[in-house]
Amino acid sequence: MSGAAARTAAERDPGLQPERTRLAWRRTTLSATVAAVLAVKTALAGGVPGAGAVACALCCACWLGFLWIAHRRIRGLAAVSEPAALVPPYAAVAVICTVAMAGCGAVLVGSG
Amino acid sequence: MIDIVRNVRLWFAPGEVRREGDTPDYRFSLANERTFLAWLRTALALIGGGFAVDQFLPDLRWAWRVGLALALLAAGALCALRAVNHWVRCERAMRRGEDLPVSRFPALLGLVVAVVAVAMVAAVFFGWDG
Repeated sequence: MSGAAARTAAERDPGLQPERTRLAWRRTTLSATVAAVLAVKTALAGGVPGAGAVACALCCACWLGFLWIAHRRIRGLAAVSEPAALVPPYAAVAVICTVAMAGCGAVLVGSG
Repeated sequence: MIDIVRNVRLWFAPGEVRREGDTPDYRFSLANERTFLAWLRTALALIGGGFAVDQFLPDLRWAWRVGLALALLAAGALCALRAVNHWVRCERAMRRGEDLPVSRFPALLGLVVAVVAVAMVAAVFFGWDG
């Protein structure tokens, strides 16, 4: 009986680490959404010339890429009670999307 | 510099991080991941700030506006790159049982944000067109 109790205690992480990590991903997608919305506003205010339209489309693609990687990681975190560590390619995709958004932003701001 | 190149290679090679040392308690890895995400949010906030300066200070002179916006966007990109680099370094240190890497980046970013804020105040006070 004490063994069963110990196992339950081990299964339930009192620090709720996976949940907190999942919510951290959610917050981060929210930040990415704000940045993407501001990028679209910049593109619309710039009258959408050629370069601006391409940069805006790229920003939206980066945002979708970010959502996709966050969704995959959140599902991975929710699937098991002791999730594995984040793998570098996921982190790399998230960062590449962020940096590409900044690059497109530079084009939008410069051309606007 | 060689360190940076090796770390960049590690971003795309999940197996290589796992080859070294022992897997740490999953909670430590998740905490490291949340720190990485917090830095990524900081980067996204800087990028959003760049767009906001460009959009919501229209009366500013063009050079000031675009200069501040580009500075914020560049800071955001740098912050994101540094986030993943630091995450990989922490993950490796934990696997090897070493001390976590120290960094002067937070102090540097704090200084940059302070300088941008002061520049923005100066721009809003003195930089109006005419």
